[in-house]
Amino acid sequence: MPGHISRDDVAHVARLARLQIDDAELDLFTEQLGSILDHAADVESLELDDVPPTSHPYPLQNVVRADEVRPCLDRDEVLAQAPSAEAGMFRVPPVLGEAP
Amino acid sequence: MSTTTLSDHGGAFTELPHGYRLVVGLEVHVELHTATKLFCGCPNQFGDEPNTNVCPVCLGLPGSMPVLNARAMELAMRLGRALQCEVRPSVFARKNYFYPDMPKDYQISQYDQPTNVDGHLDLPDGTRIGIERAHIEEDTGKSTHVGGGGRIHDAAYSLVDYNRCGVPLVEIVSRPDFRTAEQAKAYVNELRAILTATGVSDAKMEEGSLRVDANVSVHQPDTPFGTRCEIKNINSVRSLGRAIEYEALRQVDLLEAGERVIQQTRHWNEDEGRTHMLRSKEEAEDYRYFPEPDLVPMVPEQARIDEIDAALPRLPAERRSALADAAGRTLPDESVTIVVDRDLDELALDAVASGADADRTLTHLQHDLDPAQVGNVSAENLAQLVQLETSGKLTASQAKQVVAEMGETGKAPDAIAAERGFEAMDTSELESIVDDAIAANGDAWAKYCAGEQKAQGAIVGHVMKATRGQADGKVVTQILEQRRSA
Amino acid sequence: MNDIDRSRTAAGIAAAVASGERSARQVLDDHLARIDEREGEIHAFNHLLADEARARADQLDARIAAGEDVGPLAGVPIALKDNLCTRGIPTTCSSKILDGWLPPYDATVVGRLHDAGAVVVGKTNLDEFAMGSSTENSAFGPTRNPLDTTRVPGGSSGGSAAAVAAGFAPIALGSDTGGSIRQPAALCGVVGAKPTFGRISRSGLIAFASSLDQIGPFAATVEDAALLMEAIAGHDPLDATSIPEPFPDLRAGLGRGVEGLRVGLVEELQGGEGGFQPEVLARTREAADALAAAGAKVDVVSVPASTLGLSAYYLIAPAEASSNLARFDGVRFGLREERATTGETYDATRTAGFGAEVKRRIMLGTYALSSGYYDAYYGKAQRVRTMIIRDFEAAYERFDVLLSPTSPCVAFPLGDKTADPLTMYLNDVCTIPSSLAGHPAMSVPFGTGADDLPVGVQVMAPALGEELMFQVAAALEAAAPAGAAR
Repeated sequence: MPGHISRDDVAHVARLARLQIDDAELDLFTEQLGSILDHAADVESLELDDVPPTSHPYPLQNVVRADEVRPCLDRDEVLAQAPSAEAGMFRVPPVLGEAP
Repeated sequence: MSTTTLSDHGGAFTELPHGYRLVVGLEVHVELHTATKLFCGCPNQFGDEPNTNVCPVCLGLPGSMPVLNARAMELAMRLGRALQCEVRPSVFARKNYFYPDMPKDYQISQYDQPTNVDGHLDLPDGTRIGIERAHIEEDTGKSTHVGGGGRIHDAAYSLVDYNRCGVPLVEIVSRPDFRTAEQAKAYVNELRAILTATGVSDAKMEEGSLRVDANVSVHQPDTPFGTRCEIKNINSVRSLGRAIEYEALRQVDLLEAGERVIQQTRHWNEDEGRTHMLRSKEEAEDYRYFPEPDLVPMVPEQARIDEIDAALPRLPAERRSALADAAGRTLPDESVTIVVDRDLDELALDAVASGADADRTLTHLQHDLDPAQVGNVSAENLAQLVQLETSGKLTASQAKQVVAEMGETGKAPDAIAAERGFEAMDTSELESIVDDAIAANGDAWAKYCAGEQKAQGAIVGHVMKATRGQADGKVVTQILEQRRSA
Repeated sequence: MNDIDRSRTAAGIAAAVASGERSARQVLDDHLARIDEREGEIHAFNHLLADEARARADQLDARIAAGEDVGPLAGVPIALKDNLCTRGIPTTCSSKILDGWLPPYDATVVGRLHDAGAVVVGKTNLDEFAMGSSTENSAFGPTRNPLDTTRVPGGSSGGSAAAVAAGFAPIALGSDTGGSIRQPAALCGVVGAKPTFGRISRSGLIAFASSLDQIGPFAATVEDAALLMEAIAGHDPLDATSIPEPFPDLRAGLGRGVEGLRVGLVEELQGGEGGFQPEVLARTREAADALAAAGAKVDVVSVPASTLGLSAYYLIAPAEASSNLARFDGVRFGLREERATTGETYDATRTAGFGAEVKRRIMLGTYALSSGYYDAYYGKAQRVRTMIIRDFEAAYERFDVLLSPTSPCVAFPLGDKTADPLTMYLNDVCTIPSSLAGHPAMSVPFGTGADDLPVGVQVMAPALGEELMFQVAAALEAAAPAGAAR
């Protein structure tokens, strides 16, 4: 349905985005996101197959840098900002499952 | 486990129990041999202290931005051309998912516009493996799981090192063209040879600069391919073979028990010799790919691609063909493959071009010369040595010893032969020694004359002892034949 | 005519400090006194850097006394939006998730300000992660409009706009994604400019929507905005999207006037959606008339696709934001709400750390990119973007610059538009189209509207057209009626 987003859709994208929302928030967000997407129906309903998408507003190409070493960060300064560190590494709680 | 058979059209395939056939596709990740990472100037270096080769970009700190490494792009194109791919304009894309070894919680990769498409790699046995794409992406960091034997599902916590994060990778995706585990192994070996010959990568599985994931499925002949499972954590070519075979049999067992193969990622356990599923995900990942706004499109010029082509070294397949041709063979065989593998083919070709017999040349290079000593052996000397042998002036076993010494000392074969007193025996002198041996081994001679070929062994042995090994075994057996039929 | 006292402008201060007429320290102390007086009620700053600024001002004075040229912004106090990375200084994006974070590096523009001799007085408040049009979405409380503290200063760069309007600093930096510099500039009665996408490096700007974000100046005068933009603009090798072309000398053209220039009043931005206040429309027409009186050729022009801008923007910007904000996961920096597993830690951290508007946009953006919806939403919006660019290009064939109101309304009371997100989004209807096109645009104060509150008029130019844009802005400034009482 153009512009309409269901409660399940909202719950699904919240999970994908790693956000926990309770039932009250779920209702509110469903309504709010629904009204924004309804408004966006003017875009969604257009037939635009012959118009190419723009992902970069200013047309540059082939920007590269030389393969030369540059100074790295000081590890202590970096780890000082870490919520948890050990043995020069960032410490995290158990990770269940391999990377996708 | 299974037999390898040749199909009607000549391609090998594995016959699994109950008539199933094996289908494999491989995804190989290759670390590019650059000085710095893909998107920042941190060193691309293995083995340093954790988190010492990091910066805001590869740590994914807020506000950081990627800038593409020119050499990584060049090596990726070189790899593509070495694999006969078409090099195309490309766009980087974000692959979005959460994982602690990926600081931005998205990986910059390529999606629907990758750099290299539609190539192939020919195995030594002639099988052509299609290559769908070879795209550029950044590597992730490394996690160490602490507690629980270091296995991820039993760990108490994990420690993350981002030194590897951002290292340039090319992911080579083959078509599902493998029909045997041997082909898969040969592919990886061939790929390694190409990668090192072109300078694209060190390609060391033990250091992680070459990583292989296998997609394995089984099916009955003339039916669609079965559901595939992805096998990860394969750390050597040998493991690759074992993992494929295990997984294929596992799937056959499932299907024969009336169950379905479920599409999933499985982890190869080398110690236990089996694959197992990791914690299953409730939903398939939705990576929400979109073009990377912080990087601009790459449009390689034809002139650049032509330069890359012109600078490619001769690849192993081409070298094997050239040597096989020169040696009068229609297809490269084991000795050709080994000689090329050891970078001895130029030496072989030069020797053959100077008139040396190809078979003897290849045999000596395969069996008698230490590849590390090849610098001591000139093509002229090798050719001379083979000439001495084929003209009968040296026996086969003498020639073997001379080659070995040529490698060690660099001396010319005739000098070595003279020093060792190797001279082929005069034929009449040899004949009289043979007659003495016949006389001394009457029983053996009688059996031999009665038709027992093996009986000649005792007589030949006697001759060898009498000549201190310098008789040419072939000539001795010829003399015995003559005597017998006389 | 803007009645600003030259001794309070950046240009005036830099000249006086460089010549030794005034000390940087004394200039700073004057500004710190004003901050002392009114910051309590305005809350422009998240973090005031009084000590650091004093030390810096003293250093500059010493260097100037020794005969050194310290740069074009010698001793000029400047306020920085708190989404710009400042090494060792808290950078929060007005979010709990970054509360207390100290970046280990400076944004490129911060380095350039340092090289230009500027004195950073503090980090200013914003809508959380730059998402908003009123600065009411800040996790640390709203900023109030200095002209009427019951009203919003606009957003998302409300703190920077208020700082300049209140005289806390003559210049400030903000960021503009869909209008976040121009709209608060209009609501606070100051000048605010967004350059062509790519003119000013984004390295070190904490990203909201990467294909739209640009850093830009706030100032009380057009000349000061030009001076600041020149000091920070230009190619940066750390930003792959930064434009290689050299940045023009803006100040040279400020006095040229508008004789013969073709000015187009954008038809679609005169009413319709957004509920334009009649006084805003009236001031805009008067601005057009003033340009005509000064010799410009003024006419109405249609940019048809601009009516789709709001919808396209609220699909593209949240989509990119959903990816850019994934890195805020509690692993390497910022807030961590630790739980038994990494996955649960992600969920708890992000839920506790992000405010409602940020969550809303992340979810909207995730949806627009998700499997099955990409083509209908994000993909479609990118095509609409092309349509808008084409319509602008057509308009620029007949006109040199375009004109519109900056905001449909003057500053509104706190709490007025927070009930429904869409109502707040409608504030951006005039500024969004030039953001999507990547074109330069700026707001110039032009008289007052309802309740004697300032009105801003927007000047837009084609890509790379900053010189002409500033030229027309200067003419508007010269012709403007008396501004709001300060």
